[in-house]
Amino acid sequence: MTQSTAQSIEDLTQTALGELALLDNSDALEQWRVRYLGRRGGLTSILRGLSQLDIDQRREVGALGNRAKSTLEEELEKRSQEVSQARLAQVADLERIDVTLPGRPVATGRLHPTTQVVREITDAFVAMGFSIVEGPEVEWDHYNFEMLNIPQGHPARDMWNTLWVDYVNEEGQRPMLLRTHTSPMQARVMESMQPPVRLVVPGKVYRYEATDATHEWHFHQVEGLAVDEGITFADLKGTLYEFARQIFGARRQVRFRCDYFPFVEPGVDMSIDCFSCEGTDSSCRICRGSGWIEILGAGMVHPYVLRAVGYDSEKYTGFAFGLGPERIAMLKYGIDDIRHFYSNDLRFLRQF
Amino acid sequence: MQIPLSWLREYVDIDLPPQELAHRLTMAGVEVGEVTELGGWENCCVGEVLEVSPHPNADTLRLCRVNPGDGSEMEVVCGAPNVAAGQKICFARVGARLYNTHSERHETLKAARIRGVVSEGMICSELELGLGEGHEGIVVLPDDAPTGMALDDYLGDTILDLEVTPNRLDCFSVLGVAHEIGALTGKPVKVPEVQYQEDGPPITGQASVSVADPDLCPRYTASLIQGLEIGPSPQWLQDRLTRAGLRPISNVVDVTNYVMLEFNQPLHAFDLDKVRDKTIIVRRAAPGEALETLDGVERELNSEVLVIADSKDPVGLGGVIGGANSEIGSDTTSVLLESATFNSYNNRRTADTFRLYTDASQRFEKGLRPELAPIALRRATQLIQEVAGGVIAQGIYDIYSESDTPARKVTLTLRRLKQVLGMDVSVEEVNEVFQSLDFETERVDDASISVIPPYWRSDINIEEDLIEEVVRIIGYDNVPTTMLSTPIPYRQPAPMTELKARVKEALASVGLQETISYPLVSLEDLEKVNCTAERSAPLKVANPMSAGHDHLRPTLLASLLNTLSYNEGYNEGPFRFFEQARVFLPRPEQLPDEREVGAGVVSGLRSEPSWLVDNGPLDFYDVKGMLTSMLALLGLTPSWEPASGEENPALHPGRAARIMCSGSQIGVLGELHPSIAERFDLRYRPAVVFEIYLDDLLTLPAGSGRNFQSLTRFPSAHRDVALVVPEEVPAGNVQEILDRHRLVERVELFDVYAGENLEAGMKSLAFHVYFQSSDHTLTAEEVNRTLDGLLRILQRDVGATLRD
Repeated sequence: MTQSTAQSIEDLTQTALGELALLDNSDALEQWRVRYLGRRGGLTSILRGLSQLDIDQRREVGALGNRAKSTLEEELEKRSQEVSQARLAQVADLERIDVTLPGRPVATGRLHPTTQVVREITDAFVAMGFSIVEGPEVEWDHYNFEMLNIPQGHPARDMWNTLWVDYVNEEGQRPMLLRTHTSPMQARVMESMQPPVRLVVPGKVYRYEATDATHEWHFHQVEGLAVDEGITFADLKGTLYEFARQIFGARRQVRFRCDYFPFVEPGVDMSIDCFSCEGTDSSCRICRGSGWIEILGAGMVHPYVLRAVGYDSEKYTGFAFGLGPERIAMLKYGIDDIRHFYSNDLRFLRQF
Repeated sequence: MQIPLSWLREYVDIDLPPQELAHRLTMAGVEVGEVTELGGWENCCVGEVLEVSPHPNADTLRLCRVNPGDGSEMEVVCGAPNVAAGQKICFARVGARLYNTHSERHETLKAARIRGVVSEGMICSELELGLGEGHEGIVVLPDDAPTGMALDDYLGDTILDLEVTPNRLDCFSVLGVAHEIGALTGKPVKVPEVQYQEDGPPITGQASVSVADPDLCPRYTASLIQGLEIGPSPQWLQDRLTRAGLRPISNVVDVTNYVMLEFNQPLHAFDLDKVRDKTIIVRRAAPGEALETLDGVERELNSEVLVIADSKDPVGLGGVIGGANSEIGSDTTSVLLESATFNSYNNRRTADTFRLYTDASQRFEKGLRPELAPIALRRATQLIQEVAGGVIAQGIYDIYSESDTPARKVTLTLRRLKQVLGMDVSVEEVNEVFQSLDFETERVDDASISVIPPYWRSDINIEEDLIEEVVRIIGYDNVPTTMLSTPIPYRQPAPMTELKARVKEALASVGLQETISYPLVSLEDLEKVNCTAERSAPLKVANPMSAGHDHLRPTLLASLLNTLSYNEGYNEGPFRFFEQARVFLPRPEQLPDEREVGAGVVSGLRSEPSWLVDNGPLDFYDVKGMLTSMLALLGLTPSWEPASGEENPALHPGRAARIMCSGSQIGVLGELHPSIAERFDLRYRPAVVFEIYLDDLLTLPAGSGRNFQSLTRFPSAHRDVALVVPEEVPAGNVQEILDRHRLVERVELFDVYAGENLEAGMKSLAFHVYFQSSDHTLTAEEVNRTLDGLLRILQRDVGATLRD
């Protein structure tokens, strides 16, 4: 009896191991486990018969059975690993896909390039302690011109060809217009608060102007204003230099030249050195060979403007500046025609 | 403003190369837009006509023997009527590149046989050389032109095209620019000397001049030249005018233009014989008066207009244009020359009234100084005599009300200079700058200096103007560069700016592309989206650029649909656009209400064409999903209510929803009305549109935004419930009842069904309902009890029963 039980264990072990060596996938291995090691498996049934043996035999055969069980378990584990390693070795062939097929489309949205550039610009000034304010796009002549030292009949009005709103007041005047710049907020803000003032005004502006590659009748502007006791032209230079470095890179140089805006005196215009050719290409498309690119107008706030809002122009000084986000975007991205901005062609918008 | 370098050199020495000069001027505030080289006439030289004889085979042509200055003689065929022996002319040899007036192109000159005679070159006209428009005759050079000199050396020039800002009136003149160059380069400026003999009788006996309205004409000066002869100007005068961009007319008129370009003072020449009673009166026009101006237009005058009149009628619009009735003609022999100062404001108004912007009005409107009038008068008087002969009457008229011209002394203190510039400049340096600009200076004390600017600088009026003069001459690079060091002010709150930024980002992050379109639209576009004038009349622009952009939009919808329609032409979609901008709602007597709106349009297939995706058209629920996610990004969980067609005439009446937050409407969503889709000829249907009202979002009660919910540790239990409700009951109502319960954590609608196995008029809604408590693990019994309670409420409120 002992002998035959021992023999059956031995036979079963050999059979099982023989079969195991042929198995090559995890399903077959699992079936094999159930067949030999499972609750109703071969080895288990044999061991269940131990109860009919006497105690010594039981111990002897039991030990034999346990050894066989460990052997089978060890071999199963070994084979499982072999099988899975073999499978992994083949996985490239078994599970290959065509990675050149297009991916599943995901909807993405982007911000308009103007929005992105306006934010870059305002961020640069916010980091220098400026606040963002916005103002009405439809303005009174009073704020758009009068308060900025551009009275009725002033020849400088020709610098801002104006779109007027079809509204005539009781005096027979046409006082309402589409703002030609975001500068009216200088007066509006200063009227409402005392210095110190440090703000930027982003927004849309309008001109009565024929369009071409560099002119639009509707575009954006970021106006800036800093007024306090002790603000100087040197501060204007530093602030705008820092701005140029943030937008166009830390290596940029700036240059100022005299320019005229009625609400500043002295008035200047700031250029940066050409980031494209760095002054080395006489046929450079960006700087037209000059090595310099005009990017903004600025100046010290005209005492008339300070007095008009009730500030003491002997005590307070300040600077103001205005710049065009579209122009900056055109420079940064090499856009050759400003009319692309508001034609809303997806082929344009998707590039930003 | 075109300034020839050759003309400038008459007043100031210029050592700098033209490009460098242009750069210096530009940096100092006188922008040079372009530098044009005149010349490039290879194979052309000054030639001398030795002999002119008739062409054997053509009456209108002549044979000329020309000496080109190299010892040879050339035979040339010439058709010009003015060619004559002894003339110095512009001779072009074979090989020269010239403008061919027949082919209207630049071509290389070849030897040609003209009516049987070989022509070995050409005698050139202005047009052929590119010097001007003249082609009736050849260019005749002065007798002292050196025969043989290359034409480039003799006639070549450089033209500076200045873009002058309105304050720098001085730089509308050659002398003004010369003064500027003198200041920038330290070179002295030679102002032309004026000297002439007054051999005629006293002017007072020959003509009478008076000013009735000195407020509009602070200074009026006049001289008289009699017995002169009208004719063409000499070549040098014509050349200068041509190069400066003016067309020569006749000697007297050319001189007035010349002196205007030279000194900046517009002048006017009257034919004294055409002035009734030889009397000039400067006065406001009388009502009903009219004048035919030199441009041939009859103009109705009013009492705001200043006229130059004779004893009866106007003969000119003061400072704008002359009258046809006193125009210089070929038979004119007596010229009354006017050099006056007119009120700038009135002058500009007159120019505006008649939309007549002349070289004169462009100068007067900017405020010429009265000191200039007699200086220019004398200069022009002298030149007229030089080029037209005649006798100059004794004396001039000079009617000057000095009280109307403000004092000009301006004082600069070094303290203010430092306060504005942020740097110290010594009083010596400041003084040097002013001297270089020809300002009269007077040192008040060690720290201040008084200045009287010269008459050509009418833009210097306040201390800051002087500061600008100092900094632009010493150079902006010499000012230090410092960061702001004053205290940083408190940040101004900008909730709308921040909200706009968040809305834009949220809309982009759910897949919508931002667009920006013109805020001006046409009424027609507004009507296409059923936004009719009866609903709200939009603000109109008085002087629109075009009919398509003449109203301030009260809705973004038309713009978005145009954007969609435009892009359908280039793209397959899907189209997901939004725009965040203001709409303008008129208010009587006030600026319009500018309201911030985020609006969008979505249409096309759900996905770009793909081998993977089973693609259906984007619909209402796609966009509702986008907006739900987008509003969730802003911390908002809105509810959606069916909206009526009346309140939203642009939307499909059965497919529109109000977006509600805390009881107020924050937006609207719906399918575009099919008839509107037709009008915009949209390719894909449906188009789904929405609007979010940012002003309303901003006024939502506090706490309706993001609020932290504690993360519960206790597990949730879930039940699936299929409810049968009458078809007209909105799913949202059922869901809301379930959502409201404090133990219901989340409800997901996963199936909507109507049809077989259901009673007619009923539908089935199937939900996953998740129960959870924040303070304990729910028992099965608790969950069941809660659900039973909910079912009773649903039965009572919306007639719901559990589906079998």
